Amino acid sequence: MAEVQEWDVVVIGGGPGGSMAARDAARAGLEVLLIEKRQEIGSPVRCGEGIARVWLDEVGIPPNLRWIAHEVNGARIVAPNGQFVDLTEAMAGNETGFVVHRDIFDRTLAEDAVRAGTKTLMKCSATGVIKNGSGAVVGIRARHWGEELELRAPVIISADGYESQVGRWAGIDTKLSPRDINTCLQYELVGIDIDPDFNEFHIGSMAPGGYLWIFNKSDDSANVGIGVNLSLVKNRADVKMYLDRFIERHPKLAKGQNVETVAGAVSVCMPIECTTMDGLMLVGDAARMIDPITGGGVANACQAGMVAGRVAKQAHDAGDFSKGFFKAYEDGWRAVIEDQMFRNYIAKEKLISMTDDTINKIIDALQGYQIERITTMDILRMVQDRYPEVMEELQDLL
Amino acid sequence: MRCGACVGTCPVNAMTLEETHVTVSPDCISCLLCLRTCPVGALDDVEVE
Repeated sequence: MAEVQEWDVVVIGGGPGGSMAARDAARAGLEVLLIEKRQEIGSPVRCGEGIARVWLDEVGIPPNLRWIAHEVNGARIVAPNGQFVDLTEAMAGNETGFVVHRDIFDRTLAEDAVRAGTKTLMKCSATGVIKNGSGAVVGIRARHWGEELELRAPVIISADGYESQVGRWAGIDTKLSPRDINTCLQYELVGIDIDPDFNEFHIGSMAPGGYLWIFNKSDDSANVGIGVNLSLVKNRADVKMYLDRFIERHPKLAKGQNVETVAGAVSVCMPIECTTMDGLMLVGDAARMIDPITGGGVANACQAGMVAGRVAKQAHDAGDFSKGFFKAYEDGWRAVIEDQMFRNYIAKEKLISMTDDTINKIIDALQGYQIERITTMDILRMVQDRYPEVMEELQDLL
Repeated sequence: MRCGACVGTCPVNAMTLEETHVTVSPDCISCLLCLRTCPVGALDDVEVE
């Protein structure tokens, strides 16, 4: 017989989205349980570990030397022919900032949630959803150290990551097509020669449909990784082949030693159409809130998590846990992140089929310009000036 | 790597990430997306339980 526990809110997943949701719900005075299937929060790392400075203020996370590995001043976009353009923080907006120790970062957010009043269960895996007679989600079944639990709550917030199960069990369609998935691999290389001031993004056929990144963790170490669009992966372990080949061809990287290998997949699509149902809100990677161009999901997950935590409190105050009430969650997170995601989705769709020659021309077109802030329209104007024939390919970005 | 990439990619939700391995339920439709998704080629073959 499963032990039954009653909560105001159960949050599934101890990543940034789950911790922020738990934090804000607990701060509002709700009884919150956060469950995590692994034995510790933040590990294993499945992330390039680059986060933008600008949104930390927005979500109330002060920079902390516990989890800051390195501070960068700009992003370097490198074309297949090696030509590059540097975007300083002022120009790149939210694409520069910190390279972090994600495991410590995640742990810090979870600690904040605990200090706000959240209770936690480690090594506790969700195994199914509990629905009432009307089909509303009213809890989850879970397994904790081999013991079966029923965790009942009128609000379930599922932040269970890319491999999310809770949404699917509840009947929300979170399926992805190969074109909407980038599969990723990364090595932390030590003893390499890098420009410590710039994180690098290498685009072109060396990373089909995605990009290679060099995110500096110190003056001589970096996360060196790759994302490849699954629709362009033909053979097993293609992703590893592409990454190894890139490193071999760059002597400054090839001399490095790998101290950590990280793998995973990210969605590169728009978020799912509906992230709620009666009694349930999906947050972060589980709702496909990952940026389609950068593959970054931490910021979006944190912002959505905060909205979910606040709406959980509002739902309890109103005594209404319906999908209709949770529209406030849908509207809330979409207002913050949907526009940017849509623009980047269009750009990603272009990138999948863009030739190396076109990319070379785009980067070349940006040489020599001094501008305060770069936007898509700025890029298109510069390309139009120098390579008008390329504009045919980029028409629908206008 | 136990990264869960294959689990999240499976179009029919037939895969489960266990402590030490991945299990595949009879719901598997043999699309082999999981094999292509694995960044390190760890899935040599997909054996259905």
